[in-house]
Amino acid sequence: MTVKIGVLALQGAVSEHVKALEKSGAQAVTVKHPAELSGLDGLVLPGGESTTMRRLMDRSGLFEAVKKFAETKAVFGTCAGLILMAKQIEGRKGPHLGLLDIDVKRNAFGSQVDSFQTTLDIKDVAENFDGIFIRAPYIKSVADNVQVLSTYEDHIVACRQGRFLACAFHPELAGDSRFHDYFVKIIENEKQ
Amino acid sequence: MAEKGTQIVKRGMAEMQKGGVIMDVINAEQAKIAEEAGATAVMALERVPSDIRKAGGVARMADPAIVEQVQNAVSIPVMAKARIGHIVEARVLEAMKVDYIDESEVLTPADDVYHIDKKAFTIPFVCGCRDLGEAARRIGEGAAMLRTKGEPGTGNIVEAVRHMRLVNSQVRKLVGMSSDEVMVYAKELGAPYDVLMEIKKAGRLPVVNFAAGGVATPSDAALMMELGADGVFVGSGIFKSENPAKFAKAIVEATTYYKDYARIAELSKGLGNPMKGIDMSVLTPAEHMQERGI
Repeated sequence: MTVKIGVLALQGAVSEHVKALEKSGAQAVTVKHPAELSGLDGLVLPGGESTTMRRLMDRSGLFEAVKKFAETKAVFGTCAGLILMAKQIEGRKGPHLGLLDIDVKRNAFGSQVDSFQTTLDIKDVAENFDGIFIRAPYIKSVADNVQVLSTYEDHIVACRQGRFLACAFHPELAGDSRFHDYFVKIIENEKQ
Repeated sequence: MAEKGTQIVKRGMAEMQKGGVIMDVINAEQAKIAEEAGATAVMALERVPSDIRKAGGVARMADPAIVEQVQNAVSIPVMAKARIGHIVEARVLEAMKVDYIDESEVLTPADDVYHIDKKAFTIPFVCGCRDLGEAARRIGEGAAMLRTKGEPGTGNIVEAVRHMRLVNSQVRKLVGMSSDEVMVYAKELGAPYDVLMEIKKAGRLPVVNFAAGGVATPSDAALMMELGADGVFVGSGIFKSENPAKFAKAIVEATTYYKDYARIAELSKGLGNPMKGIDMSVLTPAEHMQERGI
């Protein structure tokens, strides 16, 4: 049984996610319109600029459509996607999609000259994972029902809450599909 | 251990801009309009290219006070331009922690022979190119992102189209070559052999390639996406138009939905006048910014 996963394709690292999902054995499609969500088992919110994605989601009707989709389906957000999923964002009134009970800080490590690459251990997902942080956010705190999957220098950088998965770095750039494998597994378990 | 300024971190930053629009701004107010419209980054400048053209004289890096003002105004990435070969302007912008440097032919070159050794920097660079030779030389020097040169400040898309088409057709030609033909192609293009082999192996440029230099309307932006651009820089086009906020929004949407022609028709309605353009035939050779730093 192949799972079918969409990648929000308004802006950002879309093709990299499609490639990684295909490597994980999923069927991957791009999503630019609300109608393209039908029939999908899960959705990836890619890295990019969260403000840009939000503007375009508002103008296309995708904002409400994705919110509705997430009521029953799995969602995986990376970097900007994590920000879209958080319930609390430092310095911003109100959340975007507000799917995860976490509090995030945007551009938390500084500007691009402070962007970095490091090796991470991610619980249940992978050891020695190439963590690529680009103007990345981190998670300041999580609610009790959120599982912390990885930390970097005491900051939470990956988490899971039921069918929702998020990380502050870019697994789609790592050429390593283990994080995507994990997301596919979450969806397969959801479907059973 | 964390490592900063690695190739993947520099190139990855540009990957995150894909499908987006990077807008030239000259103050905090314009930067906010750009961010609100959905720009993925802003380019902080003292003057937009069409005004640089009019002003004449030597165009230099923007006043750091302007760059700082823009940095404080928005949360999206801020880029800034350094003169070609001006190592110190680039170091100053790096010290100011801008997110990306455009080593740009829009400014008057500081060095008419050499570009900056961009590998020596932590901050990533974007550079202009007109063909695969220029693209490969800039990648060889460490550019983490490319853009067409087009002809800046003209509001005329013809040069950007020419450059995008040429680079892409040369990449296709390279990919179809047998390996023993690549060295001679490298010689013809004046391109580093290793970079060409990397492109041939990957089947594409190893960095993103945006359109720049002449984008004036939503349809121009969509045309460049159709021709294979990864995203769009808009210089004078937005804030020299009649209604910048509306124009900016329309260009962002046309870039994302570049194949949705009914939508482009809708969002192009009643936008007011775009910037006044310049036909290439009226420019003297000395006025061609694209001939700088090749």
